[in-house]
Amino acid sequence: MRTRGKAVRTRAGAAAARPRSRWTPWLYLAPALVLIGGLLVYPVYELGLISFLEYTQAQVSGGRPTSFQGFGNYAALFGDAQFREVLVTTVVFAAACVLSTLAVGCALAVLLTRVRALPRLALMAAALGAWATPAVTGSTVWLFLFDPDFGPVDKALAWLGLSGFEGYAWTYDRYSAFALVLLEVVWCSFPFVMVTVYAGIRAIPREVLEAAALDGASQWRVWRGVMAPMLRPILVVVTIQSVIWDFKVFTQIYVMTNGGGVAGQNLTLNVYAYQKAFASSQYSLGSAIGVVMLLILLAVTLGYLRLLRRQGEEI
Amino acid sequence: MSFPRFAGVRFPRVRRPWRLAAEAAALLTAVVVAFPLYWMVLSAVKPAGEVQSEHPRPWTSEPSLDAFRRVFGQQDFARYFLNSLLVAGTVVVVSAVVAFLAATAVTRFRFRFRTTLLVMFLVAQMVPVEALTIPLFFLLRDAGQTVPGIGLNTLGSLILPHIAFSLPFAIWMLRGFVRAVPEALEEAAYLDGASRARFLWQILFPLVFPGLVATSVFSFISTWNDFLFAKSFIVSATENSTLPMALLVFFKDEGNDWGGIMAASTVMTVPVLVFFVLVQRRLVSGLGGAVKD
Repeated sequence: MRTRGKAVRTRAGAAAARPRSRWTPWLYLAPALVLIGGLLVYPVYELGLISFLEYTQAQVSGGRPTSFQGFGNYAALFGDAQFREVLVTTVVFAAACVLSTLAVGCALAVLLTRVRALPRLALMAAALGAWATPAVTGSTVWLFLFDPDFGPVDKALAWLGLSGFEGYAWTYDRYSAFALVLLEVVWCSFPFVMVTVYAGIRAIPREVLEAAALDGASQWRVWRGVMAPMLRPILVVVTIQSVIWDFKVFTQIYVMTNGGGVAGQNLTLNVYAYQKAFASSQYSLGSAIGVVMLLILLAVTLGYLRLLRRQGEEI
Repeated sequence: MSFPRFAGVRFPRVRRPWRLAAEAAALLTAVVVAFPLYWMVLSAVKPAGEVQSEHPRPWTSEPSLDAFRRVFGQQDFARYFLNSLLVAGTVVVVSAVVAFLAATAVTRFRFRFRTTLLVMFLVAQMVPVEALTIPLFFLLRDAGQTVPGIGLNTLGSLILPHIAFSLPFAIWMLRGFVRAVPEALEEAAYLDGASRARFLWQILFPLVFPGLVATSVFSFISTWNDFLFAKSFIVSATENSTLPMALLVFFKDEGNDWGGIMAASTVMTVPVLVFFVLVQRRLVSGLGGAVKD
């Protein structure tokens, strides 16, 4: 290649010819930074700001001036029994979703490694289908499956002889409504875990497993001693991703429980913030809830970064 | 130990009954996982009387396209579909190009604040989009006063935030693909007298393209599926609504039109499925790359 072109250059000459400008990386970054700064960072700042103001319909329409409330909105929130309950519900619900998703995803990933091509292909295809389904349509379909009048699930359960399921309205009871949402969430989010963990297992060098088997290690020892340590980085990633996603579940709750369930029994923080802001025009309270969510997720992400650093990974 | 050896997983000597049990379990799971989608399509092609029947059957003897006719006959449904396509398409193209430039900057250059930026991109991924709906609502309202194309009720108000929200993950994921292109290639290009721009667009871009496609799936899906922004920012201009809104029309107080809901759901799911099938191989390898970093 060097003999082509205008002149035969030395390696040093090439390095000099390489157009290195101090500003080039910033030029490349500029569009991304402008967009992220304007539509993500600045709104976060504004979210914090609104949470310290009194901001309701009167202020939005300009009828009354905005006034600084300090931590007044937060005090009101934490003094509100419903908010405290929603907060606890959100944490418990997200934890249940994350654990179920990880358990199902990991179990199926292991299952995938032990079957031949055809069953593997079938499971992969089904999982990709569930993964690709939009949250809105996933929610409507699961709602229809569990419909008390026309859904097949109640009919099948009754046919199996389980009494009490004939015409059972899943969304009326608080816990069965949450269970229904949980099923949908697990259905659409386990594929990510399964595919990623499966790829991770496949990436473990064969020789390592062979050596362990030759040494007479039991299945449990192989898992504990060889596979789990090698899979840990991947497990950390999928866990964090799941926590972030499941903590923010919005569409499923909104569509399946019709905006938070009977008398708000199925509210989670996200939906609660939305209802406060856009249904009752208490924008500052909604923003304060948003800030609380942001802080919780920030704590999770910082914990994740510390884990990455402790594992000595370079970003 | 009586259970099968883990290490035997990829060796041919898995004990036969165990493998058959595993395969049966895999197939059964596949059926269960695929069932909701099957039921969706089935209910979409069932005649109305069969959908709203007290005795649902898992097949239909007389498929009909009535439900689809109702969906597309619904005022503006085709328009909602095009709006969704336009919004998602624009987001995919713009965020791919912008993320490509940014990923190149953070992998091919060493500069101050590089690590800080990367951490910022990571942290930005966890920002709950839903919480930002409130400030974005006011931001877009004010922006609309000066730039009419991006105010509330316009498609721009959906496009811009989605670009911004899909960028951090896209940049994070693209890094692996950009890094995989050998440095020597860059040197050779400059030796041959290529300019930086020429290297960027005519050499690096085509090489990274598969990665861009994998990354695009995520921005496409999050935009296509978006329910919250469409619900909040399109306040009154219903001609600028997107598909999720059109779907909810079939939920009625006097009884849901399940056939219509399932047909509309099918119409909304198919483009994503097609996209997924097209890129699934790259998607898996792309995830591997993103995770490995």
